Amino acid sequence: MTLQVMSGNSAQSYAAALARVHVIAAYPITPQTTIVEKLADFAASGQLPAQFVKVESEHSALQVCVSASSLGARTYTATSSQGLLLMHELLHWAAGLRTPIVMGVVNRAVAPPWNLGADHTDTMSQRDTGWVQFYAESNQEVLDTVLQAYRLAEDPAVRLPVMVTEDAFYLSHTVEPVEVPAQTEVDAFLPAREARAVLVPGRAARLGSFTGPDHYVEFRHEVAQAMARVPEVFRGVEEDYRSRMHRYHGGAVATYRVDDADAVLVTMGTMSTTARSVVDELRAEGRKVGLAKLRLFRPFPAAEFRELAGLVDRIGVVDRSFTFGAEGPAATEVAAAIYSGPHHPFLTNYMVGLGGREVTPQLVRAIFDRLLGAEGPGTRWMDLPQDAGEVTHG
Amino acid sequence: MAKLTIPAQELLRSGHSACPGCAPALAMRLMLKGLGPRTIVSIPACCWTVIDTPYPTTALGVAMLDNPIESTGASISGLRAAADALGIPDVTILGFAGDGGTADIGLQALSGMLERRTNAIYAMYDNEAYMNTGVQRSGATPLGAWTTTTPVGEGSHGKAEPKKDVMGIVLAHHPVYAATVNPSFPEDFVKKVEKARDLSGPRFFHIFAPCPPGWRYPSDQSIEIGKRATDCGVFPLYEVMDGHYHITRKGGALKPVREYFQAQGRFSHLGDADLDRVQAQVTADWNRLVRLESET
Ligand SMILES: Cc1ncc(C[n+]2csc(CCOP(=O)(O)OP(=O)(O)O)c2C)c(N)n1
Ligand SMILES: [Mg+2]
Repeated sequence: MTLQVMSGNSAQSYAAALARVHVIAAYPITPQTTIVEKLADFAASGQLPAQFVKVESEHSALQVCVSASSLGARTYTATSSQGLLLMHELLHWAAGLRTPIVMGVVNRAVAPPWNLGADHTDTMSQRDTGWVQFYAESNQEVLDTVLQAYRLAEDPAVRLPVMVTEDAFYLSHTVEPVEVPAQTEVDAFLPAREARAVLVPGRAARLGSFTGPDHYVEFRHEVAQAMARVPEVFRGVEEDYRSRMHRYHGGAVATYRVDDADAVLVTMGTMSTTARSVVDELRAEGRKVGLAKLRLFRPFPAAEFRELAGLVDRIGVVDRSFTFGAEGPAATEVAAAIYSGPHHPFLTNYMVGLGGREVTPQLVRAIFDRLLGAEGPGTRWMDLPQDAGEVTHG
Repeated sequence: MAKLTIPAQELLRSGHSACPGCAPALAMRLMLKGLGPRTIVSIPACCWTVIDTPYPTTALGVAMLDNPIESTGASISGLRAAADALGIPDVTILGFAGDGGTADIGLQALSGMLERRTNAIYAMYDNEAYMNTGVQRSGATPLGAWTTTTPVGEGSHGKAEPKKDVMGIVLAHHPVYAATVNPSFPEDFVKKVEKARDLSGPRFFHIFAPCPPGWRYPSDQSIEIGKRATDCGVFPLYEVMDGHYHITRKGGALKPVREYFQAQGRFSHLGDADLDRVQAQVTADWNRLVRLESET
């Protein structure tokens, strides 16, 4: 273990290298570029004996990973925003072919208008593709989660692709100290990928295929079941990582000071750090507030939210993306999860930080004020004047 | 009697679901005879998705991976990268795609694969339309051909634009080897495939692949139509290696294109003036090819 000062993008690159990936394929897009530049250096210098396929698009990047992974290789790619959207068809292929690809995504706003800032619209719009999704809060969490992602993705009970996301610039281009495990430690935690061997030279077999309704349902159901096994497998992966590396990021939903709270905010990514400090300030003022950081978005940790619903009266879900015609996607998910449980606290939704607009402590404080006050359901766009910021559908 | 040089091993098995007279099926059969069993083939959405038969069966004696229609070039780059990284020995990576999946929606991925110098073979079987979706025009559909999106009737006279020069596009990438092949000439076909198999780097095949329902001719005529296409110069057989052109079939004077066009319903609306124009173009293209052969 060594302590190094690095960006979130470097954390992605170091983790992929430590995972001893066989094949990397990527196409440049701001703010992802430095991830693959570093990996290109590692590969060119021989430090990482991987095939680096320099593709002509993100679409091809993911196809290279899908095909390489189908043959048994451990693969890595990284992208952002428009690049992820271009991959859309291949995202479905990756999950359907059960290829355990790990992809770093730098969460960036989607055009138009062009914008490079942090925003979760890119990954949220891919949430139905069968990929496991982790949202990271720190560069350390990025590095640790990428390593955990390979163990999870390649687990025979899962065999699904995983994306590990980080907020544009707040993580991708901001440096902080990161503990980097030694190669021997990673090798012990993450052994070589077990060959699945569907595609073997000299043997008749077909991966992908086509079916009528007779088998198609079973294929989809298998993906659904694999997703359903993720929480338990991930718990084991995280526990093993904790015992070896002595770091733990709190499971699927990392709660903070929720036990006797009146109101809890649900946050994702870097805004969680800001929100946590505001919780401490408000607690010091005697106000009972807490935080639930949503780390794993797919599969959605419904059980954790049903449990949280039994503890608090008010939950405010803070989204960094908006589903036009509905509300923030995290809000929808939290509501759906809680509905089937016995406790139904008051729920409301706050839109913040689109296109990299800053989520300041003052803003989080304002959200808590409103959540603790008597306000009705709906989505509040907190970055807009109060009367303009209400979007409700009825 | 001349000894047959085509390997006896069959890697396309009976029970596949191609239409009667399907030249794309024949093309796969000959391709795999030339490449052998240690081939992994990546196939996009096209007729071959269906020809191979549905899950849980497969008609091929080799390993096959499905890929989306537009990404065959990238898929074979990925398979090659994995085979090299994992040290899988003696494996031939083949992409086998239709004309639509190659010349139109998959052109970018093909170009990328060629430019990256991927050590793999890309084969385009050219039935000159989107057949799997019901005979819509592609960039490889020839001038004047009827398709469901280039109808014949008031205001429309079949496809108004000429066929895309896919070999020209491929050759602009300077592949290690590129050749045209035609299942009506199986010896030439397999010989070229065997030659390509033993090379390393990006290799390309343009396969002539008549389609009885799409071209509107009786299903027992595919071999004959293929012969006419080559003998009249519509589909000349040649190969290009290290920039050198070599025409592999020169049967004396070219036959008139009428014999080829008049055998197919998709051209039945073309009149004498149309066919004269086509003849002039085919003759010019042939002369250009002969010139390229002597100059390179
Ligand atoms: C992205 C996408 N667009 C459209 C299709 C529909 N589609 C399936 S097969 C096909 C025709 C392919 O034509 P070609 O490549 O010439 O092969 P052929 O069907 O003639 O064998 C099309 C358009 C698809 N599968 N994917
Ligand atoms: Mg076609």
